Amino acid sequence: MTDVTNYRLLDAGERALVVEFGATVDPAINGQVLALDAAFVAARIEGVRETVPTYRSLMIHYDPLVISREKLVARIADFEATHPAAPAPQARWIFPCCYDPAIAEDIAELAALVKLDVAEAARIHASGAYRAYMYGFAPGYCYLGGLPETLAVSRRATVRPPTPENAVLVGGGLSLIATFSMPTGWYVAGRTPERMFAPHRERPFLVDVGDELRFEAIDAATFAALESRARQGETIARREALA
Amino acid sequence: MSAIVQIVLAGPGVTLQDSGRWGYLRYGVTQAGPMDALAHEFANRMAGNDPGAAGIEISVGGLDLVVAEAALELAIVAPGFRVARDGAPLPSMCLVTLAPGEKLSVRAGESGAWAYVAPAGLIDAEPELGSLSMHVRTGVGGTGLKAGDRLNVAEARAGLAEPRALADFRQAGEAPIRIVRGPQDDYFDAANFARFVEGPWRLAARSDRMAYALEGPRLEHAKGFNIVSDGIALGAIQVPGDGWPFVQMADRAPTGGYPKIGTVIAADLGRLAQMRPGASLRFAAVTVAQAVEAWRQARAAMEAAGLAPAGASALSSEALLSRNLVGGVVSAQAWSD
Repeated sequence: MTDVTNYRLLDAGERALVVEFGATVDPAINGQVLALDAAFVAARIEGVRETVPTYRSLMIHYDPLVISREKLVARIADFEATHPAAPAPQARWIFPCCYDPAIAEDIAELAALVKLDVAEAARIHASGAYRAYMYGFAPGYCYLGGLPETLAVSRRATVRPPTPENAVLVGGGLSLIATFSMPTGWYVAGRTPERMFAPHRERPFLVDVGDELRFEAIDAATFAALESRARQGETIARREALA
Repeated sequence: MSAIVQIVLAGPGVTLQDSGRWGYLRYGVTQAGPMDALAHEFANRMAGNDPGAAGIEISVGGLDLVVAEAALELAIVAPGFRVARDGAPLPSMCLVTLAPGEKLSVRAGESGAWAYVAPAGLIDAEPELGSLSMHVRTGVGGTGLKAGDRLNVAEARAGLAEPRALADFRQAGEAPIRIVRGPQDDYFDAANFARFVEGPWRLAARSDRMAYALEGPRLEHAKGFNIVSDGIALGAIQVPGDGWPFVQMADRAPTGGYPKIGTVIAADLGRLAQMRPGASLRFAAVTVAQAVEAWRQARAAMEAAGLAPAGASALSSEALLSRNLVGGVVSAQAWSD
């Protein structure tokens, strides 16, 4: 029996090791990443400080004075030898999202780019079943795969002014809920009253990588009402257990 | 007993830092932590604190603080900076106890970019996501120390009013900054990797806690400059489309989409962090095993260091220079230990 390894090991210095399963954004590759991540999280190996799952690779931050690279590589091989299945999504999150052009600042521009009217562009965005691939960039910035092809526009050539908080963005074939008000090269397709990151909430980050996300269209009045409830600490997004 | 550290003046970039915010990189949260980890840990050890405890990190913008309520011992690790108590120079690396009302000043000197002050005791503040480290860009942990801020120091300890100089454990010299190749060194051909190592590179003015930008020979990518985002380690050297690398420092984002040609080794990160814009540097590639051994030795030197041998500090050029620059009246015994 031959055991073909399907990953590459790349050193990111002497205190981090990258286990790379591929070079593309692909649910199957991401599933392998999450399987290995789950194995490391469960094993709580001494000297492994933290693991960071991304689209296509797992970064393992370790203390080489506690666990050697050689031992770490052996643990990875052990985990992979069992051909771990990608963990099933634990939850489906339903995020209310307002696509009213008064709030969704770029929805008209986005719709024009793909030659649709605003209502149809909004309907298509809300029809997607999204996958939380990875966090990055800043707290709570979670990259979502599963954007319907119709809306897969490239990023802007130049960045637009700062978006409102909790803007639902589209760009480069992905969607994203922005935590903060920042300039961006993406398009503001909508806005959710929910906060992806609330440091003093019991769950500072609601969504785990691998979870499924859906958007539910709401009007501007509902948005305003839900947003004020969110500000008072209420969790607005709904969670449905899947596993 | 608790004491108060009152911030009287703080330049931009003065923050509280413990050993960093671990466990949240997977949610996009930056680790932060000290720019010069060994200097930070040395200050804590000398103050009798937990090695990873929170202390004040001071930028070239400088800091004045006043101690209130009770006397408080401070471990100061500010190599190259000018340090003074009520205007009288102190060694730039020392243990000293300030009486209530006494003021400590730390100012940029002839070298060094980051200085540390660890109060002997526990800085009593509310951690955010498990850490007191401030990440100014996102506000996680706070947006920096400002004039008027008061830090409560629980279990405050006092020692000798007479300053005692600390030994300098740091690796000296102009040696190249050592790196481990990768993780995306295959995005560069041999000629461009050689050009990267040779430099020479100049540290650009736009360098900060997030990244140190380098200017020098432009590097060409063999396979483009976009990769599908992956993790970014401390010290990772990204090369964006313009061909000028930047080194990812403590406040880096946890992931990114530019190829990383190499990673600065832990043993040399503090030395790089302490360089100022305009400084010239080059790199040298080492193996992971060599990097681990260098880190072991750098840590061992820091852990073995303590008070400076008696009399040593009075003769150091740093002390003499600091005396000249501060221009205060110095009593001979102020420098002895």
